[in-house]
Amino acid sequence: MREILVMLLILTGAFFMFLASLGLLRMPDVFLRLSSTAKAGTLGAGLILTGAAVFFNDFSISTRAGAIIVFLLLTAPVAAHMIGRAAYFDGIPLWKGTIQDDLKGHYRASTHSLEVDEIADADVVLPHIEEGEYDQ
Amino acid sequence: MIETLWIVILALLSTGLVFSFIRLVRGPNLPDRVIALDLISILAMGLIVTYAVRFNQPNFLDVAIILALISFLGTIAFAYYLERRA
Repeated sequence: MREILVMLLILTGAFFMFLASLGLLRMPDVFLRLSSTAKAGTLGAGLILTGAAVFFNDFSISTRAGAIIVFLLLTAPVAAHMIGRAAYFDGIPLWKGTIQDDLKGHYRASTHSLEVDEIADADVVLPHIEEGEYDQ
Repeated sequence: MIETLWIVILALLSTGLVFSFIRLVRGPNLPDRVIALDLISILAMGLIVTYAVRFNQPNFLDVAIILALISFLGTIAFAYYLERRA
């Protein structure tokens, strides 16, 4: 019975990790790729680790697995946010199907700061949604 | 039955590794490569934990802890220098 539960958890986790890498390969721009890997990858790793915790069924080992899960849940969003922020400020073009870009015009490149009001004299124009610019 | 399931699990994880490696090689920008490296390290962690369960070696979970820590620090460092460059 426990073996079935372990296999189910690990199989689901591996499937989600596979989906994350498929998203990384097939999504059209950096931010969509990031959203697919950060969420599906963390869920897959969490499920596999839960499977390991159930399989070993020992306090010290299960605590270790739980510690990794908590650490992943804390760090994965932070890392994804930092890469996304750096990619946006680096001027990576968005996908041409992008509908809304809330940060547009709010970033001052010379001071690396975001401002509430729209900057009229933005000292850098970030490259946006250009036809054929993106590469999948 | 169980043995086939293990093969399926390891095949899924390995195919994931191949896909992210293709993205790592193809680019097209630096952030894509950083994301691919991040996913590769998480996939490697999943493989290690799966191996630990398959061959009943609980000590390998320590490796997973270290890998998660190091990969987070590496991603943060890459993002920091990427933002400095921009």
